[in-house]
Amino acid sequence: MAGTIRVRAVASGDSTEVQSLIRHPMDSGFVKDSKGEIIPAHHIEVVQFEHGGKTVFTALWGPAVSKDPYLKFSFKGGKKGDDLKVSWVDNKGASDSLVARIG
Amino acid sequence: MLRKLFIAGVVVAAAAQPLLAADAGDPQADFKAFRKYFTERFPKVPLNDFVNGPYSMDEGLRKQWKAIDAFPPYEFAVEQGKQMFATPFKNGKTYGDCFPNKGIGIRQNYPTFDAKSGQVITLDVALNQCREANGEKPLDYSKDDMAALTAYMAFTSRGKPFDIKIPNDPRALAAYENGKRYFYTRRGQLNFSCASCHVQSAGDHIRTEVLAPALGIMNAMPIYRSAWGGMGTTSRRLRTCNSQVRGVPLDAEDENYRDVEYFLSYMANGLPISGPGARP
Amino acid sequence: MNECDDAPDAGRRMILQGAAAGGLAAVAFGAFPWPAYADADAKEWPADAFKQKSEADTLKALYGKSAEPSDKISLDAPEIAENGAVVPIGVSSTLPKVTGIALLVLENPNVLAAAYKIPDGTEASVSNRLKMAKTSKVVAVVESGGKLYSASKEVKVTVGGCGG
Repeated sequence: MAGTIRVRAVASGDSTEVQSLIRHPMDSGFVKDSKGEIIPAHHIEVVQFEHGGKTVFTALWGPAVSKDPYLKFSFKGGKKGDDLKVSWVDNKGASDSLVARIG
Repeated sequence: MLRKLFIAGVVVAAAAQPLLAADAGDPQADFKAFRKYFTERFPKVPLNDFVNGPYSMDEGLRKQWKAIDAFPPYEFAVEQGKQMFATPFKNGKTYGDCFPNKGIGIRQNYPTFDAKSGQVITLDVALNQCREANGEKPLDYSKDDMAALTAYMAFTSRGKPFDIKIPNDPRALAAYENGKRYFYTRRGQLNFSCASCHVQSAGDHIRTEVLAPALGIMNAMPIYRSAWGGMGTTSRRLRTCNSQVRGVPLDAEDENYRDVEYFLSYMANGLPISGPGARP
Repeated sequence: MNECDDAPDAGRRMILQGAAAGGLAAVAFGAFPWPAYADADAKEWPADAFKQKSEADTLKALYGKSAEPSDKISLDAPEIAENGAVVPIGVSSTLPKVTGIALLVLENPNVLAAAYKIPDGTEASVSNRLKMAKTSKVVAVVESGGKLYSASKEVKVTVGGCGG
């Protein structure tokens, strides 16, 4: 599942605003396919954001988070040019990660 | 001469011309009447905002749209389209080789009337003609690949005003008239025409949904619908429209669909491309 | 789930992604030996909390306590959702020492939609997009100084979003 993560991280003063979008079906487990069979739940469980070796944000998600999930938060201490690592893992064990740069 | 002025998007100049009778076979008179209807009915909506469909009509929806558009889920489709667009066919040619300006920033010129075939050619059809000319199989007009390609092409054309031309050819005028006829004809178990919803009831609620105004409705195509959870082509949207009035959808890119797209795009001449759009 | 603990794989992936994102910045990250970061760990996921059907049971499973209403929480949610599949919702709070934020949709099959851990130095604010099966009260819960506080808002949904 390469290339599933998009990040925009912008530093302004001592605060860095992070927005991310992850490509993922986030199947709820309550929907039937065209053959009438339930599509099993398939969703991201954990998303982690790290800066300077420290976790700055952790999302714990259930199947009620929308498809291609979006997230926005802000943390202190980030600077333009710093790295921000994003990683996720889903309930089937698939995962992806990305090192983005704060702009 | 009149038409030339008018197609250049000089709406003010066109309005200053003597009014023509709004009888059949006069696209320019239709254009004026159509625009007059929407601008008088929605005096607070800036002209260029009609291309944002329901979001031009309802503040609550607009706020949600803005929140979602801050980082829209259709970015993935645009990126996929960009990649497809840049990937050469087996013969080494690309989509760009089939279009003026290498296909960048040209969405506003489609649909176009093709004098050779006597038919209206939409961007989607032009893309498949390009594929076939290069020995590739055509894409499905209702599926994600075509949606992604057209989304990318629309994205490169954002802000450019629709510039649809009806050449001096009776077949072009006939296609336009057919599109107009299709738009105003009632169908389906609900006995609704396209106009019933998107002209007479534009801005009204169906449950929580707000009906998009017909003016500028094609500028947003293709659209990412939350209801679909993905990007969909103009054909897919038109087929859904037919189903929603409990009618029988036509084949994707049927002549009637192409003609109605021609009609609606002509009505939106001068208004900016806003596609790929996001819609509920 | 073992895949996510597979360090060599994780390392390789990180390098590839890092390269794509504009340089091997992670490797060059001064003081931190490579690999400097861990990946998201599925073991953190509170499975039990995501199974609960009521607000009280969810909060008990997630935080081991119950919440009291607070006017120091701002819950930004539409009055009428344009589509239940994608409802933009934001939460922020002026409460001190916030360590967690959770969002509950009381009429969904399982109440807990998302929970966020807020480390020291991260603002007590998050925006996300949630699915709502039908019209429901949405509850934002904020963990502050070891206590739980909540605010809620009714969101009308007629086009349900239990869909994928």
